[in-house]
Amino acid sequence: MTDPTNKIREVARKLLQKKEVELIIGFEPGTSPLQATPCFIRDKEEVDRLIWGSFCSNNLATYLPKRQEKVAIVAKGCDVRAIVELIKEKQIPREQIIIIGIPCQGMVDRRQIEAELEGKEILKVEEQGDKLILKGNNFTRVINRNEYLYPCCQACTHRNPPIYDILTGDLVEEKATGQYPDVIQFKAQSPEERWKYISDEVSKCIRCYACRNACPLCYCQECFVDNTHPQWIGKTINNSDTFIFHLMRAFHLAGRCVECGACERACPMGVDIRKLNRKLTSDVKELFGYEAGTSLDKVAPLATFRPDDPEEFMLNP
Amino acid sequence: MKKEVNNWEPKIVAFLCNWCSYAGADLAGVSRLQYPSNVRIIRVPCSGRINPFFILAVLQHGADGILVSGCHPGDCHYLSGNYSARRKFVLLKRLLEYAGLEEGRVQFSWVSASEGGRFADIIARVTEKIKALGPAKKLVKR
Repeated sequence: MTDPTNKIREVARKLLQKKEVELIIGFEPGTSPLQATPCFIRDKEEVDRLIWGSFCSNNLATYLPKRQEKVAIVAKGCDVRAIVELIKEKQIPREQIIIIGIPCQGMVDRRQIEAELEGKEILKVEEQGDKLILKGNNFTRVINRNEYLYPCCQACTHRNPPIYDILTGDLVEEKATGQYPDVIQFKAQSPEERWKYISDEVSKCIRCYACRNACPLCYCQECFVDNTHPQWIGKTINNSDTFIFHLMRAFHLAGRCVECGACERACPMGVDIRKLNRKLTSDVKELFGYEAGTSLDKVAPLATFRPDDPEEFMLNP
Repeated sequence: MKKEVNNWEPKIVAFLCNWCSYAGADLAGVSRLQYPSNVRIIRVPCSGRINPFFILAVLQHGADGILVSGCHPGDCHYLSGNYSARRKFVLLKRLLEYAGLEEGRVQFSWVSASEGGRFADIIARVTEKIKALGPAKKLVKR
């Protein structure tokens, strides 16, 4: 397998040289060894800044809406799914983007590693296949990257990009889709337990809206939380307000959420944001057979209907 | 002997579409049908007009129950408003119940303009259910 970093640089250099695109969106090393940060490259001399690794977790599709120039974007499975949804929602034309697709191995959760090291500082990280070699002052530790993946990456069923123009790396094996063991498990609890769990989770929320800003599909010019006329919900951290905020944030992503986990990674308070999104994703799959971002042709579930849609939930005396 | 006093009566908000369910409620009225007086009706142009926010806002302001009603499938005045609404409703109802809201707090039904009797029945059923559930506490803003 060729190293994706070299392949990405090579592709990016060619695209800029031939002036096929004006901008490359990818990743460069972050300020700490366990981070990669999004980077925007317009000059072909700078393509060597681009990298690929276990920490390229951001969903770069966030940067696409409202772009004027032609863009090439480095995108893993979930990023491409977000791009597909953005194309379908007419936020960016397909012709304006070149997708440099990367089959993803799952991204490594920095916070899980840091929690285990109990404050020891990591100065350097080397990647060798599934192994991550963490080096710091007077210590070296080797860990298996697959044990430290983000929860959303562990559950991921679309690691390969559903569409792409250029593929860097070999396609990886996929898990079976349509499995939602976490939803079934949570549903097995009593309503009171579920209410308590989600109440406790949302009570951590400080209403910073980082989850909304990180979400590739939350691109509304005026979000319901900013709206004052009508003011849909109070702006306080009253439990009722935060609960409704989280319900509606999830609901606005019904049939659109691509499960990239950007919301959860962005959350400074560690709220279990994906809990509600997962339920909607599983319901949309079950009721309407739709998986967000997997096809350019399928119409979004809430933009269409069938006369024989399920209606057992309706009251019928 | 101590007498148990329970004067609590639920407040139920009903969103009725202008063309079918509201006319159905009207028919129930002019037909002199009896049904519980716990319901407060809000007339909307179509069940497709119901933003899930309406439902959550009503819960936040302390309603004990919610009924949303529109034209039967195929009868929508705007042809497909109720079909689109149905997809939203099923997801919303499931989401709210998943989050732990009592089952039956938010209900949906179809009532046509000729179904005054059905409207009275539905209100009776919903009121009975909400009475059994007791006052709404979750989501109410304090």
